[in-house]
Amino acid sequence: MAYADDHRETSAASFGQVEDYLALLKPRVMSLVVFTGIVGMLVAPGGIHPVIGFIAILCIAIGAGASGALNMWYDADIDAVMSRTLNRPIPSGRVTRDEALFFGITLSAFSVVVLGLAANWLAAGLLAFTIFFYAVVYTMWLKRSTPQNIVIGGAAGAFPPMIGWAAVTGSVSIDALILFMIIFLWTPPHFWALALYKKGDYQAAGIPMLPNVAGELVTQNQIVIYTVLLTLTAFGPVLTGLVGWFYAVPATLLGVGFSVLAVRLRFSEGKEMKRRARVLFAYSLSYLFVLFVALLADVGLIKWFGVL
Amino acid sequence: MADEKPTPQTDEEFLRRRRRRSIAIALALAALVVIFYAITVVKLGPEVLVREI
Repeated sequence: MAYADDHRETSAASFGQVEDYLALLKPRVMSLVVFTGIVGMLVAPGGIHPVIGFIAILCIAIGAGASGALNMWYDADIDAVMSRTLNRPIPSGRVTRDEALFFGITLSAFSVVVLGLAANWLAAGLLAFTIFFYAVVYTMWLKRSTPQNIVIGGAAGAFPPMIGWAAVTGSVSIDALILFMIIFLWTPPHFWALALYKKGDYQAAGIPMLPNVAGELVTQNQIVIYTVLLTLTAFGPVLTGLVGWFYAVPATLLGVGFSVLAVRLRFSEGKEMKRRARVLFAYSLSYLFVLFVALLADVGLIKWFGVL
Repeated sequence: MADEKPTPQTDEEFLRRRRRRSIAIALALAALVVIFYAITVVKLGPEVLVREI
């Protein structure tokens, strides 16, 4: 074992496959970032040249991927003890830690500079801050030290629609802030549902997730609180006049559904609780997706088709 | 990927992987060139040709 580790740390030659380096970018997280970034860009007032818009989305995606690589560089030790992350490129020995570090730094620098040159430097600055927040504030500092890790770290995942918005308008308005808040408040119920049924994994890795530190009941209560706050915040874009009923109706139904599932999770325990936590986790993903589709559809129908 | 050995077992396999990585890097650099070219064209716009002597 010691020999294998030494070999990995000192090996000068790369031997990973192209796919291994792409896996460092966390493609599944990237797809959510791309989607919310595109929506933020399209619902923003004014227009953006399609070529610049495409390049901006590409930069946001690469920047998010780079922070994923930096996360895997730093977290290789805990990824190796969790079943969910055991097969990532570094713990499985296909890519060295140093490679992931320099891959992440290089892509970060290029994505920020290109976004600044193509769109504007506010968007680029927000992207740089997002990478810093995810790689340093969340990964290096909060994740291993506080059960509020994902609450504050969730801000990193909430920035993409704001970056997309800033790329178009060159500014950050109350609407952009509301989009940020929606994803920010969505993150805790989403991840705590996962943490409830993967409790053993996080215990083994020594990560202070809320169910491990404060107990399952506290987590269940917190999930309910954040879900209600999320459902209310999701009405923000209606109040500011960004969108109308075409968004408000699905937002209401989705929010009520989310809240009901959260309350039912609250009043369950044991195996039933784990099952309901899985259901809530899956629901939360569709929730965010459908909510943003509704947002885009509402704005799009008015902006491009002149109906509603 | 997961079912393959993390480290190549033969020199041929090592060379094959290195070649594929090199091609991927070449494609990424080519994409970067295209991106900078596209940004330049869009930023300049058609007005670049309209000027007094």
